[in-house]
Amino acid sequence: MTDAATATLTLLVERMMPHPPEKVWRALTQGPLLEEWLMRNDFQPEVGHRFNFRSNPVPHWNGVVDCEVLVVEPNKRLSYRWNASGEEAATGIKTIVTWTLTPANGGTHVRMEQSGFRPEDTANYQGANYGWQKYFAGLERVAARPE
Amino acid sequence: MHSEPDAVLKTLADPTRRAIFERLARGGEQTVRVLTGHSGVSQPAVSKHLAVLRLAGLVRDRREGRQTHYSAEPQGLAPLMDWIGLYGAFWRDRFDRLETLLNRMDQ
Repeated sequence: MTDAATATLTLLVERMMPHPPEKVWRALTQGPLLEEWLMRNDFQPEVGHRFNFRSNPVPHWNGVVDCEVLVVEPNKRLSYRWNASGEEAATGIKTIVTWTLTPANGGTHVRMEQSGFRPEDTANYQGANYGWQKYFAGLERVAARPE
Repeated sequence: MHSEPDAVLKTLADPTRRAIFERLARGGEQTVRVLTGHSGVSQPAVSKHLAVLRLAGLVRDRREGRQTHYSAEPQGLAPLMDWIGLYGAFWRDRFDRLETLLNRMDQ
């Protein structure tokens, strides 16, 4: 989605999962489980808790995401800042990731919204060569799959 | 016209230029003179911004007599959408992994 007024972008990914919200919540909030599907972390489900997601560094990305827990509503909603870290903190992305779990058809509707992508966050990066591809090169086997 | 995401981003990173693009996107076709009235910068500066926007595929122009009318080219944002789509690919991949994990977990 594009919001022309502010020129920020919000990314939305949602999916039905045949598991109860309580179980999905555990996977989202217990560090070792979170690591299994997302990244290494020192997450704690406490509002105000600052933590990092860590991946292997690659050129133009130190592999670290600076985070802060904003919302914890057990089994329903989880939100944290998802910001660039280190030398890239000043000019990098400043986004907010929000998870919303809704019971549906015996399972859970899982919705992930990442908001606040601004053009200027990234345009100041490492010159013309900077792009998401490089950012994502660090995030393991992410392919530039077509939408 | 097909731009790279970087070009679109750099183009829109300038606040004045972004304001011009947003004005065209919301208000439809306009002339340099009208745009200048709203922009707070000189007409040559607005013309320069329009040229950059046109080069990035974000604006198209139409001549009518001595006037040139400018309008937004929303398709110019497509590279940006593709670009953010990479982040989408990242999260969809992680959703797959989350589901795999959930299938392994006990209730």
